Amino acid sequence: MKAAAFAYRRAESLGEAVSLLARNPDAKVMAGGQTLGPMLNLRLAQPAEIVDITRIPELGATSEAADGVTLGALVTHAAIEDGLAPDPTRGFLARVARGIAYRAVRTRGTVGGSLAHADPAADWLSCLTALGAEVSIVGPGGRRRVPLQGFVRGPLDTDLAAGEILCAVHLPAFSAAASFGYVKFCRKDGEFADAIGAALADPSRGIFRLAASTTAGAPIVIEAHQPFALEAIPALLDEAGSPGDGYERRLRATILKRATTEAMGS
Amino acid sequence: MAHGGAAQGAADGQGIGAPMPRKEDDRYMRGRGQYVGDIKLPGMLEVAFLRSPLAHARIRSIRIPDAIRARVLVNADLEGVKPIRADTSLPGFKSSVQPALAVGKVRFVGELIALCAAPSRAEAEDMLSEIEIDFEPLPAVVDMLAARRPESPLVHEPWGDNLFLTTFVDADFEAAKAKAAYSVTKELVTSRQAMCPLEGRGVIAEWSSRKGQLVVTTSTQQPHIVRSGLAECLGLSEEQIRVISPDVGGGFGYKGILLPEEVALGFATRRLGRPLRWLEDRREGLTANANCREHHYLLTAYADADGRLLALDCEATVDSGAYSAYPFSACLEAGQIGSILPGLYDFPHYRCKVHSVATNKPPILPYRGVARTGVCFALEVTLDALARRIGIEPNELRFKSLVQPHQMPFDNIAKRHFDSGDYPKALRMAIEAVGHDAVRARQRRGEPDGRRIGIGYAMYAEQAGHGTSVYAAWGIPFVPGFEQAQARFTPDGGLELRIGAHSHGQGMETTLSQVAHEILGVPHDRIRLVHGDTGETPYSTGTWGSRSMIMSGGAVGAACDALAERVMSIGAALLQARRPDVRLEKGFVVGPSSRISVGDIARTWYRRPQDLPPDVDPGGLELTAGYKARRDTGTFSYAAHAAVVAVDPETGEVEILDYVVVEDGGVLVNPLIVDGQVYGGCAQGIGTALYEEMAFDANGQPQGSTLSDYMLPGPGEVPDVRILHLETPSPYTRWGQKGVGEGGAIAPPAAITNAVNDALKDLGAELAISPITPRRVVAALDQAGKGKAA
Repeated sequence: MKAAAFAYRRAESLGEAVSLLARNPDAKVMAGGQTLGPMLNLRLAQPAEIVDITRIPELGATSEAADGVTLGALVTHAAIEDGLAPDPTRGFLARVARGIAYRAVRTRGTVGGSLAHADPAADWLSCLTALGAEVSIVGPGGRRRVPLQGFVRGPLDTDLAAGEILCAVHLPAFSAAASFGYVKFCRKDGEFADAIGAALADPSRGIFRLAASTTAGAPIVIEAHQPFALEAIPALLDEAGSPGDGYERRLRATILKRATTEAMGS
Repeated sequence: MAHGGAAQGAADGQGIGAPMPRKEDDRYMRGRGQYVGDIKLPGMLEVAFLRSPLAHARIRSIRIPDAIRARVLVNADLEGVKPIRADTSLPGFKSSVQPALAVGKVRFVGELIALCAAPSRAEAEDMLSEIEIDFEPLPAVVDMLAARRPESPLVHEPWGDNLFLTTFVDADFEAAKAKAAYSVTKELVTSRQAMCPLEGRGVIAEWSSRKGQLVVTTSTQQPHIVRSGLAECLGLSEEQIRVISPDVGGGFGYKGILLPEEVALGFATRRLGRPLRWLEDRREGLTANANCREHHYLLTAYADADGRLLALDCEATVDSGAYSAYPFSACLEAGQIGSILPGLYDFPHYRCKVHSVATNKPPILPYRGVARTGVCFALEVTLDALARRIGIEPNELRFKSLVQPHQMPFDNIAKRHFDSGDYPKALRMAIEAVGHDAVRARQRRGEPDGRRIGIGYAMYAEQAGHGTSVYAAWGIPFVPGFEQAQARFTPDGGLELRIGAHSHGQGMETTLSQVAHEILGVPHDRIRLVHGDTGETPYSTGTWGSRSMIMSGGAVGAACDALAERVMSIGAALLQARRPDVRLEKGFVVGPSSRISVGDIARTWYRRPQDLPPDVDPGGLELTAGYKARRDTGTFSYAAHAAVVAVDPETGEVEILDYVVVEDGGVLVNPLIVDGQVYGGCAQGIGTALYEEMAFDANGQPQGSTLSDYMLPGPGEVPDVRILHLETPSPYTRWGQKGVGEGGAIAPPAAITNAVNDALKDLGAELAISPITPRRVVAALDQAGKGKAA
C-alpha cells in the first residue's frame, strides 16, 4: 500500500514546529519515521500534514552534568549503540540499543520518537522507565518536564497534549555501584518483544527498580529500597495488576526474574 | 564418471559436477536484475484492486462514482472473459469456478472485486475507498474439519457439501490388526502458512497493435502455462498472447499459478487502452494470495513384536481454500498424500483416506515441498511416538523398516517407484555427523541453564521430474510430455540455449551452461541461456516439481548432442577426414592430423557456406530437441535430517543447536548450487517448524497482514546447516541426476518436532503441530503436568 496524500513541512526550529502543529490540528510530527512511515503506508495513519523535526538542531543535542545526562529526542538508537551519546550506565544503554529491531531501523529511529509513539513492546519505554528517566515536552503552553513513569497512559497513548513535542530525555546519574539488567523475549531477533524485563540496582542511592512490559500500555514498575527476592517477583507483578492470560503473566515474571538476576545476582 | 552421449566436449572440470559460482549472481548481487517492478512502459497506469473485506458474503450491489467509473472495472465489465477453472479428471472431483473479479458472492477475504487504474498506485488506492459495496454477510466456513460436517454452510452451494474430492486407498489394512504388537495414534496439524518470496507477484499487460498481441510481463515460473490459461480465459488464441517472465525474485510454487490479476489486467489493458501494471504488496500476498500448507492428520502407526513398522492407517484433511488454483488444482496436496505417506519404508499394510475441503480462505497453493512437508511431519513424528511406545530409539524403528539398498529399484505399497539409493546409509551418516552419542551423553548430564536438550531425525523422498504417466492419470489442465530445448550457434561461434522453463534462483543459467559445455566444449562466457519468454522459447510446462535439471537439463543435452553431431560432420569435411575419424574435444573437432574449433565451423556455416560439403545437414547449427527420462515416474532424491535443540521449559523457547542434512540427489550437476538449494529450503522448513502461521479468526479474517505479525525466520534463527552428500545415480536420467529443489523444506518440521519431543519426553509432553511456538510448548508442558497430577 501507499500513503494517502499529505502535506509536508520541515520545521527549522522548535518554535516553528510548535506553531506548525498549533496551526493544523491534523498534523503529525515525524522524526526517524520508522513507525510512522509504515503506518502511513498502511493508511493506518492519514494525517493532513507531516511536520518533519529532523533538522531542528537542539533536538539532536546531548549534554552531560553532575546530576545526569540529557539526550535530545533525535538521538538515534544507532548513536547510542555506537557510544556516540553520553551514557551514564557505562555501556548498558548501548547493549539495549543493539537489540532494537535491525541496524537499518536503528540508524534512523530515535529515542524520542520511540517514547512518544509509546508502543508497549518498545525497548526504551521499559528500559528508561526502570532507570528513572524523565522527558521534556514543549508545546503551545511552554516547556514541562515529567517522569517517564506515568507518561504513558495506554498503548500508543501518552501524556503528550495536542501540539506538544517530546524534545529530550533526561537520565539520572547512577552511583558507581549501580548495576543493570535487561532481558527481552522475542520469538525472532529484531522483532517486537513478547516480554521485556528491565532492572536497576543502585544500592548507594537506595534505589531498586524493576520494569516489565505489558501489552496494556505503560510497563509495570516495582520499586523498593532493598534488593528484591526473586521468588517474590511473580506475586509483586500480580499485585501490580500484571495483565494477560496465564502464559503472558508467567512469561513476564520469568523474564523479569532473569533481568533482576542480571542486575542483582541470584 | 562416465556420461553417455555422442560427445565429450569438456574434460576441464567445468562441465557436469563442477561447483561453479553462478553466472547470474553478478547481476543479482549488484542489484542489476530486472523485475516487473523495475519495468515502466510509456503511458502505463498502476492498478490497485478492491478486495473483499469479508470471507463469505453475497454482493448485493456495487456503486462506483461517475468521476472514476472510466478507470474502474468490475465483473460486469469483463465481456467475454471466462472464469478460471482448474479441474482434474479424478472421479468425484467437484469443480470450482473462479471469476477474475467476483460476481454474486465473495468466498474469501482478499478476493478481487474491482480493478482501479491511476497514474500512481497511491491514487489508485485512493479510488478504492470511493467504491461502495453492499454485502449480505454469510456464515464463513473457516475450520476444515467443521466444513466436512453436514450442517456446515456451503462455499459452493451447487456442491451440496464442501468436498473438492475424497480419495481412498486400502492395501490389505485389516489384516494388520491381528499382527500388531504396538500401535500409536496421533492427531497432527500443520498450520496454514503464507509463502514469502522476496519479490511479490507483479504483472504488466499491454496490447501491441503492431503485433496484434497481448504482451503480459509477469513474475511467473511457467510463462507457457500462463499463456494457455490466459488464452482460455480471455478468448484469445495462444499466438495472440506473449508471456514474458523477467527476473523473478523467488517462486517456490507461488509463481506457478494463473492469477486472476493476470486475467483482469489482460482484459483491462485493451479496454482502457493503456499499459497496466499491478505490483502485489506484502499485505496482499500475506492476507489474500500466498496461502499454503494447511493439513490435518489422524494417523495410527502399527509395529510388530520385533519393532518393525507393520501398517499405517490415516485420515487426512487438507484445507484447500475457496477455489481450485490453475493449473495444479485443489487436489495437488490431497491427491498426493496417500501416495507419499509411506515414506521410505517397506511395510505390508496400509490404508489412507484424504479429504480436500473447500473453505472461505484463499486457495491453497503449492509451496516448496508441496504435500511432502506435511506428510513427512505426520509420518516421522508418529514414528518417533511409536518408538517411544515400544521403548526403543526411534532410529531403531527406522533402520528395521527402511527400504534396503538391495531392494532398489523398489515399488512401495503406494505404487511409488523408488529409482535408487541407500536409505540406511544416509541415516547412519546423519547419526555419525550429528554426534548422536555425545548428544545423548550431554542430555544425561543436564544443562546448567535449566534448558532441555533433544535430538530428532526425519527422512523423506522427493519425487521429482515426474512426467506424462503421472499427470495423465491426474488430468489437470496440463500434462508434461517431452521437454524441449533449442540450441544454436551464433555466426561468431557463441552458443544460445533456449528453454521454456524459467530460472529464478535455481542457477540454470549456470547449470545448463555446464551441460552444454560438457558436450560441446564451448567456453562458459560464450554460452547464453534464453528463458522466460513464450516468444523466444519452446513450449514447457515450466519450472516446478524439482524437474528442471532433469527435464531442461536432459533437453539441452539432447540438443547439444544433435548439434555436436552436425558440428562433427561439417568439421570432418573441412578437415578432409572421414566422420568416424573425428571427435569433439574441448571445443575442437579433432581429426587424425589437424583440428578445427567449433567457432570456425560456426563461421563457415553462416559466413562461408561455399566451403561446406554438399551433403551438409541443411538444418545447420540451430535445432530443437526433446527429452523424456527413460522412465517418467520421477527421480527420488532423499535425505536424512538430524536436529539438536534446546528447549526452555519456562518460556517455551526452542533454539536449534545443530542441524545436519545428509542428502542424495544423484549425480550433482553443480554441488555448490545444490548446497544453496538445501540451505534455502531448510530455512523455509525451519519457518514451518517454528515460526510461520497464517491464522484466521472465526469470521475468516486473516490475523497477520505484515511481516511484523507473520513471522519468518531470519539470519539469527537459521543455524549453519551442515550438508553431506551421497551421490547414487538415478538409472533413468541423462547423467544420473535427480531433482533436489524442494528437499530442504520438507524434513525440518518433522526433525525439529522430534527433537523437541525428545527433549520433553521425560516431562511427558509431546507436540504434534507446526509451528511449535513458545506458547504451545508451555501449554504442552502444562497439559503433561495436569496429566501427572491426575
